Amino acid sequence: MSASNYATERETAEGKVFTVTGGDWDVVLSGTDPINDERIVVNMGPQHPSTHGVLRLVLELEGETVRELRSVVGYLHTGIEKNMEFRNWVQGSAFVTRMDYLAPLFNETAYALAVEKLLGIEEQITERATTIRVLMMELNRISSHLVWVATTAMELGAINMMLYGFREREYVLEIFELITGLRMNHAYVRPGGVAQDVPDEAIAKIRDFLKLMPKKLAEYEKMLSGQPIWLERTQNVGVLDATGCLALGVTGPVLRSAGLAWDLRKTMPYCGYETYEFDVPTHTDGDVWGRYLVRLAEIRESLKLVEQAVDRLRPGPVMVADRKIAWPAQLAIGVDGMGNSLEHVAKIMGQSMESLIHHFKLVTEGFRVPPGQVYVGIEAPRGELGVHAVSDGGTRPYRVHYREPSFVNLQALPAMAEGGLIADVIAGGASLDPVMGGCDR
Amino acid sequence: MSAPQDRTDDGGVPVPVTPAGATGGAPAELPPSSPAGRGMFGDQGTGDVSGYGGLVRPQRSIEAATRPYGGYFDEVTDALEEAYPAFGEAIEKVVVDRGELTLHIRPERIAEVCQVMRDDLSLRFELLSSVSGVDYLGADARRLHVVYQLTSMTYRRQVRLETAVSVEEPHLPSVTSVYPTADWQERETYDMFGVVFDGHPGLTRILMPDDWEGHPQRKDYPLGGVPVEYKGAEIPPPDRRRSYQ
Repeated sequence: MSASNYATERETAEGKVFTVTGGDWDVVLSGTDPINDERIVVNMGPQHPSTHGVLRLVLELEGETVRELRSVVGYLHTGIEKNMEFRNWVQGSAFVTRMDYLAPLFNETAYALAVEKLLGIEEQITERATTIRVLMMELNRISSHLVWVATTAMELGAINMMLYGFREREYVLEIFELITGLRMNHAYVRPGGVAQDVPDEAIAKIRDFLKLMPKKLAEYEKMLSGQPIWLERTQNVGVLDATGCLALGVTGPVLRSAGLAWDLRKTMPYCGYETYEFDVPTHTDGDVWGRYLVRLAEIRESLKLVEQAVDRLRPGPVMVADRKIAWPAQLAIGVDGMGNSLEHVAKIMGQSMESLIHHFKLVTEGFRVPPGQVYVGIEAPRGELGVHAVSDGGTRPYRVHYREPSFVNLQALPAMAEGGLIADVIAGGASLDPVMGGCDR
Repeated sequence: MSAPQDRTDDGGVPVPVTPAGATGGAPAELPPSSPAGRGMFGDQGTGDVSGYGGLVRPQRSIEAATRPYGGYFDEVTDALEEAYPAFGEAIEKVVVDRGELTLHIRPERIAEVCQVMRDDLSLRFELLSSVSGVDYLGADARRLHVVYQLTSMTYRRQVRLETAVSVEEPHLPSVTSVYPTADWQERETYDMFGVVFDGHPGLTRILMPDDWEGHPQRKDYPLGGVPVEYKGAEIPPPDRRRSYQ
């Protein structure tokens, strides 16, 4: 085809001149709206600093407005639930702790409670073990919420808050390291109790933390609460009311920010939470701002709980007395790290063949759990963390399913973001506090 | 438990056959194909070497409960019976175990039951906490079970609904129209067990890649894995290791 269809040519003194006419300019100018008619599909993630790990969002945009949002998960699926079916019940603790890596102690406690319910030994769990569980969970809730404030503020532009949040979280992780030997992935809460006792240095460090943290919280509030950019980015953003939350199964701080004081620690107590004194903070706006206020208030409530738990600690055993369930050895620090105590090794290797057999059977084979199924739900930092555990009577779980709050809550993202601006997708998504390790399991 | 009968193997040594309790402790939920009934090192007996039976723990079995169920369970079942005309046909079994109520529902009725459970004023199960699957391979002809955990925030109650479908006909109605939160959880159950939820708005895989073959959480799906070398010894993958069960 010659060029003359679109560009007529004529000769002038300077040379050949072409007059170009576009093919479809008339169509474009005749009333179509390039802003609203042109939907672009933007892929966000899975490697994106603002999607909290490997979450992928597919956005359909008109201009800056989000018309449709679809979340794609599964990039961090590790098959933990399947793997657990091939290990004994105690080894399960070391698997579940790696699901929601910001709240490992909640994963472990929920699992331990489910196994204990299957075994029918809830009544035999010692008071000290239960108090230590509460203590550890509430410290963990603080560290998890600190990461939330830190990352969300960073995603909305406040880099300094990220540094402060992680700085204080580090303090909590040091306490965990002192008690469990590990900063994360502790496998500390085991069916029957906890792996080892809390040392006295840890209590002193927790008391220091209780003094330090209120000051730090005041600093955060000074930095963020009155700050105009923070208010603009959070108020009336990512709104989800209580009806929407319930329909979508959203629990935790997001539900409480919409005005419903639903907290399993109060409504369906476990681990003796009914005997502690604390409040359930709520807010009525159901926006990112409300979730920020609720989470900060929850850190304060958790500090109260930690203090009460520390005051309650009385000397005593931290494992059930039933030697057919409890780990046979006391753990102790040796030259090569944490392991079975030397006295125990000397006993089983030198003195008592029966003890050796017992140790061997319990460690390699594990204990049997009577057949049946249970569901245990606890209040994790992100909402209801449920464990559905099924036993066939053997030494391994027949099936363990985690109702992960990250997974369920993420369904609410389209409801929060569609119709809003693309910048608010970040704020709305961050306010759900999804942890992909938990979501994908 | 019935007394085991002795049989004689080729060597003329009497070997006790498996006691009934060891493999068939089997409430409906205990798969006979499961290795759980076997003792250590392939032992087919009780595993008790003490000689006097002191180590044997009684096997408990789970059977359909009879009224009164206790606690709020009677109120819940009464209210459901009153509000749902097809109660007798839809409920296959009621189980009360470890302080939890399980209603076994015919699969085609599950969405209707959920609707009543959510809407009836004396039931009010507003929240569907969890949907998960369990594969009872070998124990149940309808081996794929789907388990729904309902929570009533008004009355602070929990009830479990359970349905069972077969691998050949793995269909049951989706409850997403009643509980939108079931969306992803049903997708996960489809992904992991191959249960097809009819009426689901977009039943696709969610955790596994889209082109994955098979449903990994089924019991006949292998765990996989490769042997690894550790301190000079070859450690087999987890599913090939010696089973102490």
